[in-house]
Amino acid sequence: MSAVMNSPVPLGPRIGLLGPRAWGGVLAIVVTVAVLVPLLNLAVPADSALHLSDYYVSLFGKIMCYAICALAMDLIWGYTGILSLGHGLFFALGGYGMGMYLMRQIGRDGNYKSDLPDFMVFLDWKALPWHWSLSDSFLGQLFLVLAVPGLLAFVFGFFAFRSRIKGVYFSIITQAMTYAAMLLFFRNETGFGGNNGFTDFKRILGIPIATAGMRVTLFVITGLMLVGFYLMARAIVRSKYGRVLQAIRDAESRVMFTGYDPIAYKLSIWTLSAVMCAVAGALYVPQVGIINPSEMSPAAGIEIAIWTAVGGRASLIGPIVGAFFVNGAKSWFTQVFPEFWLYFLGALFIAVTLFLPQGIVGLFRARREKRS
Amino acid sequence: MTPDLQEALAEAKAAHDERERAAASGGREASFGRLLKIGEPDFAHGIALYVDDITVSFDGFKALNALTLQIAVGELRCIIGPNGAGKTTMMDVITGKTRPDAGTVHFGSSIDLLRLRENEIAQVGIGRKFQKPTVYEELTVFENLELALKADRRVRASLFSRLDGEQLDRMAATLQQIHLKDEAQRTAGLLSHGQKQWLEIGMLLMQDPKLLLLDEPVAGMTDEETERTAELFLSLEGQHSLVVVEHDMKFVDQLTQGRKKVTVLHEGSVLAEGLLSDVQNNEKVVEVYLGR
Repeated sequence: MSAVMNSPVPLGPRIGLLGPRAWGGVLAIVVTVAVLVPLLNLAVPADSALHLSDYYVSLFGKIMCYAICALAMDLIWGYTGILSLGHGLFFALGGYGMGMYLMRQIGRDGNYKSDLPDFMVFLDWKALPWHWSLSDSFLGQLFLVLAVPGLLAFVFGFFAFRSRIKGVYFSIITQAMTYAAMLLFFRNETGFGGNNGFTDFKRILGIPIATAGMRVTLFVITGLMLVGFYLMARAIVRSKYGRVLQAIRDAESRVMFTGYDPIAYKLSIWTLSAVMCAVAGALYVPQVGIINPSEMSPAAGIEIAIWTAVGGRASLIGPIVGAFFVNGAKSWFTQVFPEFWLYFLGALFIAVTLFLPQGIVGLFRARREKRS
Repeated sequence: MTPDLQEALAEAKAAHDERERAAASGGREASFGRLLKIGEPDFAHGIALYVDDITVSFDGFKALNALTLQIAVGELRCIIGPNGAGKTTMMDVITGKTRPDAGTVHFGSSIDLLRLRENEIAQVGIGRKFQKPTVYEELTVFENLELALKADRRVRASLFSRLDGEQLDRMAATLQQIHLKDEAQRTAGLLSHGQKQWLEIGMLLMQDPKLLLLDEPVAGMTDEETERTAELFLSLEGQHSLVVVEHDMKFVDQLTQGRKKVTVLHEGSVLAEGLLSDVQNNEKVVEVYLGR
């Protein structure tokens, strides 16, 4: 690095994707997620001090889904400067896409012993509605998990960015869209299980879902997806494309008068970010066993932004740290002082905004800079 | 296929392409005896910019009132005028930020700028410096220049773009030219006001525009920096057309060197045009500047 800095012609950031130490860190995380956790959970006996309980496996699995959302939010907010409060919607759509498949996997084991999901029997429906036509196929639903949020984000983004809707107006519109979708999903006749949503899943790909093996498998897949998304985000941020995104954040008019079409850049990162959230949602649902419209509530979207801000915007590790920190604190707080969690969250957000504008990661960064 | 058949096909295709191209330019090359390339301005008449009869009103207030102006290829033109004379609005119209109510703006004789969006106008070769220095504060000086460097502006090209040796040389030369070589790895937000102005000028140069619009480029610069900027602009004269909007008469004097035309704008139209010394003694101009 220093050699690059001192070279007579500055070469700019043209070193590899990660430094050797960072690659070591990535490797350590992959080993932890893919080897250590499964071993500690499955192979170590439950009475041993080293045993990792099922509770923690599912908690961390869940938080890793949140971390993917925070990473997606960071790309669009931290790097491009567009605050979306609609990422809860993309997360939930991904979750619903997976949920539809899981509902069909219940088969005749539901309360009503019918081929149709229970809530449809309850509504006295005789056949599957049209939008469930792919729900028998895992790959079909996976396609929808990516395509529906991706297409929605693309169409919404196209009109919003073309109309040059920016800043707080964009945030409000994304929030309104999420809220409208929530109201739609709350209704029984839209065919998404109303306010109960989907739950009582039995199996995935024919394999029982509530077993220790499946829990760890989903954990490992989520962890590897998180690492994969991190590396992808890193590649994006370090490309010239990533620098154009930051330029849009800092001075969009200059970007335009330099000849770049900001719409294409914003639209592509916005759609990618939405799809990342959808993948997180699809991984989340089989792990927590439920999806309902509350995932689209305005609070859910705001929380994603809070994780990102607390961890540190415009750094890729920040939002992941933030998701773990806030959700770790949440799971502890809601056990110890259940009534005070929201107060704590509010106080945390204010404190971070006032004292740590660069988030938790910024704290370490400042200290490292001071030392050097 | 036999080789001779391939050859005949290639010939036929070339003839066809030629006809297509002629058709795309409206067949005009027949009368003018030259081919127009799409997206390339046509400077055959020696005029880089035609601003014709432009009117812009904001809520009844006429910011530009039938403004007509021509800038020659390679010309350095200074535009002066009191506050509110419409100087910045004129730049907004040329660069596509503001749509006029009436009139036309052409880049060369072939490109109608009013049909293009801001980024397309930049791509055909018009660069603009804002009144307030506008750089990417969180990026380094080097990265600021890199983004401005003339290259494919599309998303996919940016994803896989890498700088080659020639581009690096150009950037190094520009860094030298704008006196920011030692600051290349500094974050642009940490530069002084004058340095930011220079960085923005450097970014314009990286774009390699045919026409540069410079809105108060020396505001906030020290005398020495101002002088160096004048030298820089004078060195660009001839290769690029420059339009400089400025209040600093000393700077304008340096740029015009007592022989170039100055345009005075007032209430959205041209009040006077001529040498700086003539214009400064023009009664109407004095009246406008000093008030009645």
